[in-house]
Amino acid sequence: MGDKIYRVDMNTLSYSIEDVPSDWLGLGGRGLTSTIIAKEVDPECHPLGPNNKMVFAPGLLSGTSAANSGRNSLGAKSPLTGGIKESNVGGTSAGIFSKLGVKALIIEGIPQDESKFYQLHVTKEKVEFIEVPELVGKDNYEVLDTMLEKYDKKVAVMSIGRPGENCMLTANVSVKDPQGKLRSHGRGGLGAVMGSKKIKCITVDAEKYKEVTIADPEKFKAASKIFTQALQKNPISGEGLPAYGTNVLVNIINEAGGLPTRNFRAGKYEFAENICGETMAEIINSRDGKTTHACHAGCVIQCSQVYNDKENNYLTSGFEYEMIWAFGANLGIKDLDQIAKIDALMDDLGLDAIETGVALGLAVDAGILEYGDGEKAYSLIADDLANATPLGRIIGSGTEILGKIYGLVRVPTVKGQAIPAYEPRAIKGQGVTYVTSPMGADHTAGYAVATNILNSGGFVDPLKKDGQVELSRNLQIATAAVDSTGMCIFVAFPALDEPECLPALIDMINARFGINLTGDDVTNLGKSILKLEKEFNDKAGLTKADDRIPEFMKYEKLPPHNTIWDFTNEEIDAFWDF
Amino acid sequence: MSEMIQVTVKLFAQYRDNRFKVKEIGYKDGTTAQDIIEDLGIHNDKLPLGVLMINSKHQEETTLMRDGDTISLFPKVGGG
Repeated sequence: MGDKIYRVDMNTLSYSIEDVPSDWLGLGGRGLTSTIIAKEVDPECHPLGPNNKMVFAPGLLSGTSAANSGRNSLGAKSPLTGGIKESNVGGTSAGIFSKLGVKALIIEGIPQDESKFYQLHVTKEKVEFIEVPELVGKDNYEVLDTMLEKYDKKVAVMSIGRPGENCMLTANVSVKDPQGKLRSHGRGGLGAVMGSKKIKCITVDAEKYKEVTIADPEKFKAASKIFTQALQKNPISGEGLPAYGTNVLVNIINEAGGLPTRNFRAGKYEFAENICGETMAEIINSRDGKTTHACHAGCVIQCSQVYNDKENNYLTSGFEYEMIWAFGANLGIKDLDQIAKIDALMDDLGLDAIETGVALGLAVDAGILEYGDGEKAYSLIADDLANATPLGRIIGSGTEILGKIYGLVRVPTVKGQAIPAYEPRAIKGQGVTYVTSPMGADHTAGYAVATNILNSGGFVDPLKKDGQVELSRNLQIATAAVDSTGMCIFVAFPALDEPECLPALIDMINARFGINLTGDDVTNLGKSILKLEKEFNDKAGLTKADDRIPEFMKYEKLPPHNTIWDFTNEEIDAFWDF
Repeated sequence: MSEMIQVTVKLFAQYRDNRFKVKEIGYKDGTTAQDIIEDLGIHNDKLPLGVLMINSKHQEETTLMRDGDTISLFPKVGGG
């Protein structure tokens, strides 16, 4: 296909453009980032030291006309979990990398002169290293605006704000979206890895790119049509997500008693109605905002939105369930405008919504702020975290470290990573994903909520243990494969319920590359990715004892169902029997 | 004459359009979840029933309602 591996060495400020090794040819996205990390990174290396690498890789279908194929993967050893990490994002980077023929961008080493920050500019022919002293200490939007003045408006931009520069474990890598706003490579502190390599931003030329080549255009077009129709006819991807966004989940998870409230003390939030997707849609419509918005070109679901303030001026976009939960139910804020203001601030700084929000929820137990104090939460982020004061660094180190510093026991993390917006005691399949995923507590790694709560792909009772390990295993295998295609994870909903959806997805991959993958091949790909990631973690020093839920969830009953986490270690460890 | 029961009915997402968010409604003893769904016209809604919970637990449409129950009705929703 003519795709190349672009390899950058920050130690020597040099690059090479290499042929793709034959065993990487059929890989993309997570499959490729995890393969490269596992092969080239010493699992025992310090994540912020010279031997960690960052690998960006677009999905197999990114850059094509396939609906929802614009996800870009970023892999590294995580400084938060100490294990392997893959985080994928919408925005424009995946399509632009693919069209330029960049199969992966591998960044290794650390500059000898650690006082400088660089911009990397990737074009078809070369990688430029540009010193950017004027951008040091600036946040994402200023970096983005500077790059948009310098280059064509379509240029891909990946950047870090001050928390990334300061190597904080809550830092994301932020990515420009088609509207010039930001999306995030979230979780795991990947912004800190970029900061450690002294890279302020990466730009990718979008002026001279061509379309990606398709081996069998007719077959591709036919499969693409079936796939798009499956997405549009499915009630979740076709109706629910466009109308209310991901925040439609607040009410259903709350009704099910699985909405973590006030640092995981309860499963129901009495102010859920104030912050739910239905209320948000009313506010957006009354302020001339948009309830649909695409985070990447070719998205037909459009779950994102534009949220305006009371004067109808733009406040934020990409205002997601996890963010609204973390600062709403979990931190006790009931004013959606206040949460939106914090969301906009965190986009600019490049902070992980889940890790920061859960750390602040725990900070209440530490006596740092009170539940519901949105003003204080805002100032802790804007003043302390952004300026890396000692308190800001404690919060910016994430939930687990904050808990240790303040001597707290109710610390909701797995492998050092904060648990997201679904209570493991009340949505047990999702809990199995949290404890077993090589990524740490990650809701996207195997979204058992679909089958535990949403009646997608059947129904497995969320309050019982039966069938949960198998459910999570099947979902994690499928997700590892889907994460390699460049597809948005929300294709999982039609894939679970529309029989023509997955075959069409596989047909598109086959038509793109002129190959003959079967459904079994795709399942095997998912299995091999998971096992590769697990093996990396084992070598990094993680053990079975890291595949465990926080102990307090084993003895504290969660209202309203008054359930505890009751899996035995043997039941959890059986996850890996495949 | 059969006795009456009081049921709290909660509707979500598009089911709220032209209906309500939450309402306490009296029904005849012996009413099932399906009877309530039909009473509200949800069986004819363009969006089929996605999730039915009674007192925060997933239940079948055939479930017999009891006095004081809360029934929550959702079309298919999702996110992540």
